[in-house]
Amino acid sequence: MRSITIVGASLAGLRSAETLRSDGFDGEITIIGAEDRLPYDRPPLSKAVLEGTRAPEETTLRDQEQFDAIGAKWQLGTKATFLDAANRRVHLDSGEQVSFDGLVIATGASPRHLPLTAELEGIHVLRTLDDCVAIGKELQASPRVVVIGAGFIGLEVASTCRKRGLEVTVIEALPKPLARVLGDEMGDACAGLHLDQGVDLRCGTGVERLEGTTRVEALVLGDGTRLEADLVVVGVGVSPATDWLEGSGIELNNGVVCDATCATNIPGVVAAGDVARWYNPRFGESMRLEHWTNAVEQGMAAARRLLVSDEEAEPFAPVPYFWSDQYSTKIQFVGRSAPGDDVRVAHGSVEDNQFVALYGRAGKLVGALSFSRPRQLMDFRRMVENNADFEDALKHAASL
Amino acid sequence: MKLVVDFNKCSSHGVCMGVAPELFEVRDDNFLYILQEEPPEEMRPKAESAAAVCPTGAISIEG
Repeated sequence: MRSITIVGASLAGLRSAETLRSDGFDGEITIIGAEDRLPYDRPPLSKAVLEGTRAPEETTLRDQEQFDAIGAKWQLGTKATFLDAANRRVHLDSGEQVSFDGLVIATGASPRHLPLTAELEGIHVLRTLDDCVAIGKELQASPRVVVIGAGFIGLEVASTCRKRGLEVTVIEALPKPLARVLGDEMGDACAGLHLDQGVDLRCGTGVERLEGTTRVEALVLGDGTRLEADLVVVGVGVSPATDWLEGSGIELNNGVVCDATCATNIPGVVAAGDVARWYNPRFGESMRLEHWTNAVEQGMAAARRLLVSDEEAEPFAPVPYFWSDQYSTKIQFVGRSAPGDDVRVAHGSVEDNQFVALYGRAGKLVGALSFSRPRQLMDFRRMVENNADFEDALKHAASL
Repeated sequence: MKLVVDFNKCSSHGVCMGVAPELFEVRDDNFLYILQEEPPEEMRPKAESAAAVCPTGAISIEG
């Protein structure tokens, strides 16, 4: 393999490039990025950067010297528009074509927009540094903020805006925040954090329409309520960025379909990060994760996959991990939850916002959630990794 | 090999402790402690994994 192209210049792409070098690949590396920036860290965008306690440029993932040390050709501010798998070329929106022997697909995901947001000003999504700076600018005018969607991004934005003393309403179509990820009971615990801080949280209702002439002025909810708003942040999830792969012959199914080793159906083409749907043998299911840690680990795994033969390839079988900082609470989750899991608060108390809850399925521990109990949580990460019995995990929690 | 943690960046996720419990520990005070500042060479892969997955990029390895 002489040349490897990485499409996507964020965390997964960066870790792929670094791993190729650390594993001895000395051929040509080309990194294509849609944003005109070197890789930066996204988690602080909804937190410290939006709060104004960290400068936007302090999110860079490496200093210039470290970027240079990778020895890659960076093509930033340019989008991939098509993958010509037969001729092993990536087409760019500049009209250029980049040929490759090996390809890492790490294009991430794009935020979903509401169908009704039309052309009104004052409505934002938060994915990129530019999005963050644009919202930050508007926050200076002390707007009344409405967040649509009580997922992690929406709730972090709500938390940050409350820290800045702004009036915040959160609207969620489902009955509870984060219920799909954490389950109903833990969704309540999350709701509690926000209610305690004075957020107007409205669950189980959608947005019917937006009002305003040039700029958003109000929202009308499904139940008829009219809410005045100066700034709307939409956090209703993301879709894997696979448009450019349509018609390429690569298998797509809400993401780029990969086997357990991060390889796609096209030889020499791998995928990593938010865009990749791969089979995780540890959980016996195909999954697509939008977490920071997965971008790191899968970026590394996908790069290694390109450098080994099919026989040498190892499965990528991580225990998923994600976190969210809301007010002074650090929410952390390890493992994999599903509706119907047996969820038990096994250590600490929900009232104090300091606890560990365990998730059991078919007698096994499959996940653990912590509110500000990082030390205790990591014990359960190891237990999930070792496929521990749920009863043993509960016993361990009782002994903490 | 020397482990260095930038405590201005560390926010006690404890992920390092999940990967390398021999080297890192978050204690009940929710602060991170380095258990072996200069671990033996055979611990390098684990130390590197811990540094790689640190959500705040607080861990570096010198030497």
